[in-house]
Amino acid sequence: MKKLSQAGLMSIPIVIICLATLWFFPMWRIDMRAPQYPDGLSMQIWINDVKGDVPIINGLNHYIGMKTIHKEDFLEFVFMPISIGLFMAAGVLIMVLKKKILYYTWTGIFLFIALLSFGDFYRWEYNYGHQLDPNAPIKVPGMSYQPPLIGYKKLLNFEVLSQPDIAGWCYIASGLILVGITYYEWKKK
Amino acid sequence: MLGLAVATTAAMQSCKMKTAATAVQGDAASKTYVAPGKYDEIYNFVSGGFNGQVSVYGLPSGRLLKVIPVFAVNPENGYGYSEETKAMLNTTNGLIPWDDQHHLDLSQTNGEQDGRWLFANANNTPRVARIDLTTFKTMEILQIPNSAGNHSSPFITENTEYVVAGTRFSVPLGSEDVPISSFKDNFHSTASFISVDKTSGKMDLAFQIVLPGMNLDLSHAGKGPSHDWFFFSSYNTEQAYTLLEVNASQKDKDYIVAVNWKKAEEYAKAGKGKKVPATYAHNTYDEHKQTATSEIKNEVLLLDPKDCPDMIYMIPCPKSPHGCDIDPSGEFIVGSGKLAALIPVFSFNKLTKAIDGKQFEGDFKGIPIIKYEAALHGEVQKPGLGPLHTEFDGKGNAYTSMFLSSEVVKWSLKDLQVLDRVPTYYSVGHLMIPGGDTKKPGGKYLVAYNKITKDRFLPTGPELAQSAQLYDISGDKMQLILDFPTFGEPHYAQACQASLIKDKQVKFYDINKNGHDYVAMGEKKANVVRKGNRVDIYMTAIRSHLVPDNIEGVFVGDEVYFHVTNLEQDWDIPHGFAIKNNPNAELLIMPGETVTLKFSPDKQGIYPFYCTDFCSALHQEMSGYLRVSPKGANVPLKFGTGETVTSVAAK
Repeated sequence: MKKLSQAGLMSIPIVIICLATLWFFPMWRIDMRAPQYPDGLSMQIWINDVKGDVPIINGLNHYIGMKTIHKEDFLEFVFMPISIGLFMAAGVLIMVLKKKILYYTWTGIFLFIALLSFGDFYRWEYNYGHQLDPNAPIKVPGMSYQPPLIGYKKLLNFEVLSQPDIAGWCYIASGLILVGITYYEWKKK
Repeated sequence: MLGLAVATTAAMQSCKMKTAATAVQGDAASKTYVAPGKYDEIYNFVSGGFNGQVSVYGLPSGRLLKVIPVFAVNPENGYGYSEETKAMLNTTNGLIPWDDQHHLDLSQTNGEQDGRWLFANANNTPRVARIDLTTFKTMEILQIPNSAGNHSSPFITENTEYVVAGTRFSVPLGSEDVPISSFKDNFHSTASFISVDKTSGKMDLAFQIVLPGMNLDLSHAGKGPSHDWFFFSSYNTEQAYTLLEVNASQKDKDYIVAVNWKKAEEYAKAGKGKKVPATYAHNTYDEHKQTATSEIKNEVLLLDPKDCPDMIYMIPCPKSPHGCDIDPSGEFIVGSGKLAALIPVFSFNKLTKAIDGKQFEGDFKGIPIIKYEAALHGEVQKPGLGPLHTEFDGKGNAYTSMFLSSEVVKWSLKDLQVLDRVPTYYSVGHLMIPGGDTKKPGGKYLVAYNKITKDRFLPTGPELAQSAQLYDISGDKMQLILDFPTFGEPHYAQACQASLIKDKQVKFYDINKNGHDYVAMGEKKANVVRKGNRVDIYMTAIRSHLVPDNIEGVFVGDEVYFHVTNLEQDWDIPHGFAIKNNPNAELLIMPGETVTLKFSPDKQGIYPFYCTDFCSALHQEMSGYLRVSPKGANVPLKFGTGETVTSVAAK
């Protein structure tokens, strides 16, 4: 079995530190603006919580029959910290064993979690925007309110901008490091 | 021949009277233009006079931002009508729904504005109010006993240690029935000193100084070297009690009453005063309970100058002085004799020397009168007609309003020379320079608050708004830059930089801190409770429904209390509440607040109620019904929201 290079070894604590930011900073943010909300409204998604102007957004969305957002409704807020936590622990193990194959597997698991998370986020956004209360006071024919996965979208009177927040960028950085180092280690053998 | 014609025309041109329009020059518009979405530089708090309220304007635009209800009921938001605020207007004579609000003072620390509170006086039924500048709400009203015409009020000392209240109308102390003609023997003026708690702002009537019968007009505290002193202008030292117009204008000089309040404080502490019975109301608004309470107090401490030597001196001042204004350094005391053709300026330094050297010219009812010349710094000669009030720009200049000649006159404190004069439209009363009565005036703007409006704005029948003019005083010459209408009748005003209070404005109340006795913490807590003929409705309001919105089992003769809690937690989402045929006002309920409206139905019927403040796209739907049945009818108490005949049957 091939041993990891020095660069490969060094990358592990960096990835772990990048992922640790998830507990200190929000990973995603959705900003909204409408004429009567000049300061805008903002919602921050954390690894285990959703913060910001959630009560106000819930209050507004009831007009069009969208579900209210409650932290308790998200199983993700339980699973995500556990899976990322385990993933970080695995990193420590790989540092000790120093095996290339384990590093490749680690990267594979990361990509799997990332893909799953984005898929899950999209599914939630789709349901949030499409599953509308049939008794909602305001019904716009053909209109659904799915927020953008990433980027800008206009939804009725609101402009919506969805993008990674600090920990999200760190998460993306750790993904790039993992893929980059995997490629580097692969070429080196 | 042609030359003669031209010359004649030119001469006729020059004979034309000056009009108001000619007074405005070039760049006035750009100096007052505040672009859409931009803020004014300055908050201008303007007394409401006979409307009893305080108006808030932005400067330099002159835009009206708010009317703060203080001494008059305000059906628009329920002030004085809601169960929570009725106590604010309580007096020893019950709820008085109106007063005459003349003067304002912003709280100060070390002689500079600190942006915490605004004090306001009530002239008719003597009272002093304190307004909180984070909520723009009246928090406290203190009634003043042994007083009438609370005019020289609510001026404050340099660190807001005291707010004063001086009587315009002398009255007998206590409740003895005496003939009016016994004025000289039985009538007194009083100068009340109200202590202000450093942290809470709570007011307390510390002591009252009993003075001879005369009219105290305006006042201002000393600052810097004169910190320990308070100065009150007086008129009617003739002690007239009828046809004052003539009988109170006889003497050549009245007085400025100089009170050493530090000494008075010491005398009060040393037990030199006399505690006497006196009833007065002290009303306070509890922010936690969101409810005002009124306490009737029973005693006051009187200080008699006879028992307190070196506490009070009289400075002769020509002809019924109105303004009594202290320059930013604290050295000069400017008296404005409204019937005088000059402005006397007294020196504090000379005043103390005169007291030390006992340069007196007799006494007024036992109070030493200082020799006029001994205290005089100098006189401003021929300033104009009818000097009323003086403000300062912090650059060594004073500005005096001239009621009769309708102008503002700028003069130098150093050599007492007139430097400039500009007309006002018309008959200016008070002037205001932001911070103009503090140690640090802002020397950029001056506002004249006029008593006569005539043709300044589009006419609106015989009853007109008042007019104010804004002047740019940053240069050598004063420049008129704006006219704006004001409401009620402004007297004195205050202004401060917007930055001092803008960022500490409360946007909404935290519902979790709502300690109201009748709060409904969420729709699940909405309820209707009957106790005898009292019905308490714990109602919630949130866009766009009221809970409960169907109420039955209420009878003619019941006393119904709607306790409406606004559950919103967002900026600028108030809800309103009103019910048909209620001989009462409406409520405006700010987010997180609970307010109560009483309704005593005396006729059977269905009474719709609804939200009166357009709150959302479904505001029109935010309504409900109260069924009032005949007394003794067999209708069970029932209430809810969202329950229909079909939904109940489905269960």
